[in-house]
Amino acid sequence: MFYQWMTKMGLAVLLFSFGANATYAQINVFACEPEWAALTRQLGGTAVKVFSATTNQQDPHHIQARPSLIAKVRRADLLVCTGADLEIGWLPLLLRKSGNGNILAGTPGHFMASDYVELLEKRAVLDRAMGDIHAAGNPHIHFDPQRIQLIANVLTQRLIKIDPANKTLYRQNGQDFSQQWQQAIKGWHRAAKALRGTKIVVGHNNWVYLEQWLGLVKVATLEPKPGIPPTSRHLGKVLAQLKQNPAAMILISSAQNDKSARWLEKRTAIPRIELAFGPAKNKTLEQWFGQIVAQLVKSGS
Amino acid sequence: MRNTLLLATITATLFSSTLVVADSEIKPIQQQLDMLRTEYEQRIQALEEQLLKTKEDSQPEQTAAREVQSVLKHNKPSIKPPSVQSNFNPAINLILDGRYANFGNDPEGYELPGFALGPESGLGKKGFSVGHTELVMSANIDNKFYGKLTLAVAEHDRATEVELEEAFIQTLGLGNGLTVKGGRFFSAIGYLNKQHSHSWDFADAPLIYRGLFGNQLNDDGVQVSYIAPTDTFLKFGAELLSGSRFPAAGNTNDIGAWTVFTELGGDIGIEHSWQLGLSHWQASDIKDRQSGGHAHGGVAVETPSFSGNSKINAVDFVYKWAPNGNPKNQNFKLQAEYFDRKETGTVTMLNSGPPVEKTSYEGHQKGWYAQAVYRFKPQWQAGLRYDQLSSRNKGSDTGVLGEAALDNEGHTQKRTSVALDWLPSEYSRVRVQFNKDDSYENSDNQFILQYTMSLGSHGAHPF
Repeated sequence: MFYQWMTKMGLAVLLFSFGANATYAQINVFACEPEWAALTRQLGGTAVKVFSATTNQQDPHHIQARPSLIAKVRRADLLVCTGADLEIGWLPLLLRKSGNGNILAGTPGHFMASDYVELLEKRAVLDRAMGDIHAAGNPHIHFDPQRIQLIANVLTQRLIKIDPANKTLYRQNGQDFSQQWQQAIKGWHRAAKALRGTKIVVGHNNWVYLEQWLGLVKVATLEPKPGIPPTSRHLGKVLAQLKQNPAAMILISSAQNDKSARWLEKRTAIPRIELAFGPAKNKTLEQWFGQIVAQLVKSGS
Repeated sequence: MRNTLLLATITATLFSSTLVVADSEIKPIQQQLDMLRTEYEQRIQALEEQLLKTKEDSQPEQTAAREVQSVLKHNKPSIKPPSVQSNFNPAINLILDGRYANFGNDPEGYELPGFALGPESGLGKKGFSVGHTELVMSANIDNKFYGKLTLAVAEHDRATEVELEEAFIQTLGLGNGLTVKGGRFFSAIGYLNKQHSHSWDFADAPLIYRGLFGNQLNDDGVQVSYIAPTDTFLKFGAELLSGSRFPAAGNTNDIGAWTVFTELGGDIGIEHSWQLGLSHWQASDIKDRQSGGHAHGGVAVETPSFSGNSKINAVDFVYKWAPNGNPKNQNFKLQAEYFDRKETGTVTMLNSGPPVEKTSYEGHQKGWYAQAVYRFKPQWQAGLRYDQLSSRNKGSDTGVLGEAALDNEGHTQKRTSVALDWLPSEYSRVRVQFNKDDSYENSDNQFILQYTMSLGSHGAHPF
């Protein structure tokens, strides 16, 4: 039913944008992660040309400031990224090298999604001995659909500010998105009702927003510390713990090394679920979330 | 009842979408929203009370109510200060570097025949020693400038010396892909030269860097670069330099040396990326460039001194592979550089004679290295490097050339290196390296155990 609905909406948007947008050049959007690329594509429609710096197979913590990325930032009118230090290892360098004044911090072209929502796991104490942690809070906010809604609202306003000529288009797209999104959330809630309280093991601590949203309970993490690869000693501990107190599934992301998760799956018979860490190329956020919920429900039942 | 909730959610969402606008527009909307929020919250409370009473199918409603509440809670006007790139201003980074080295030959006797070595071009100390301890401070100064300082603390001949490696400012977002840099910086010649030695994949510089630059070339001046608005990365740049530092020397003109460079780069799919660089360095009027003379009892006697002009052309190429574009778990890097230097002028042996030993000089030196580094596990990487140099230097007095270490003695310099790095995190590294070094006629086996640690705010490494 969703898809029918979406097609209708998509068609309407398309028709609308043809009329409103024919004479203006598209604005260039540099999205750091595929989820923001998908969101911007949906909100911007034909008025934007979106480039995603990473795929859902890539770990956005560890990207190299490649020449191709500098060339893209050089021409960007709008940067849509997570912020909260997720891209600290590469984005500042891209900005500095690009010679592009439109997307520097403090300009309208610099949009950091995490600036507009509350983050979980803000740290009072910072010590590198704790692993690779983010002071500003856990940056993987795109796993909470309500936070996505809030970000979509602000991003719509930002698109209008940067490209006022297409104001009506952006406003319309924003409204359409909200409607579809809220409808979709309801569907996911119904589908994932039974998942509440499900015990899970995670590879890296990047599912907190999903856990909070669907009421999943994390009982163990394969990484001994964030960003530090699993050691056999730590895995031994996790194994012992799970024998005492089993979990229903092992969650790992598509961008992660799945070796230790496979090992644990073999030893414990707890199913390993590999979830896409963001929408695949040319997929919408709704398709991606739908897939995740379906995977979880299938494995949880 | 569900419909009411849906309506509430949608209304709240729609209102929130008009929230972030110019400051002047926010206040009335905020007041409106506050009113709405109170109203909704009351309604939700009522609903929740009702819901609690409803036994059947009460779960989704409660969840929905929570959602609406959470939306309302988050709908405070979303104006926060823009994210800061670092929690420290300026970002401070300290690099600790130490090593244990063992050489088959006496490192004091090191030479690179055919190349007149500059300062700091030796092998370093045998046994335990602390390498370059670097203190780096950097920050965006304001929305127009970025600044960076790198101090290197090292010990030479039992005296602790502080060297100013970098102290520059750079424009931010000048527009049209333009960037201007001024101060002291690493010249854009070559590939490795632009990087800090602590981020190199081997404990020592390639032989050609050692031979031409005394490991690395930094100078005072100004650099202008331009990135073309193309999908393929294309950068052009030029530097005007003081020319007061090796391998230029002497304050002859205002502009003692200059460079031009271009970089070209791109991706092939998601897993492969590459960069090609061409660069040229030139110093037209070098006066009295001294190189390491024969030291006898700590007093430098007969130090060779070059005056004339010097031109260097360089080609560098880098290719990187990372499965699925994730370099953290596994990656491969292939890198090669070629340098060619031509010099004409005179070489004088200072403190010689009388009569002073002197020769005309026409030098041609070239060299290349190629290295491959494979990160086979997230915390382990192995590297293999091969160096080769050659030189053909001519002069009116070959005897003087020989004394000035400019005669290659018919020897082709070669070196093969292997390294194994353990990288517990991106901030620490322990490395073992072995070199089979044929820099001069007596082949040398060199073993280096090195640690490099980064404390504090660690900046991103360039490609």
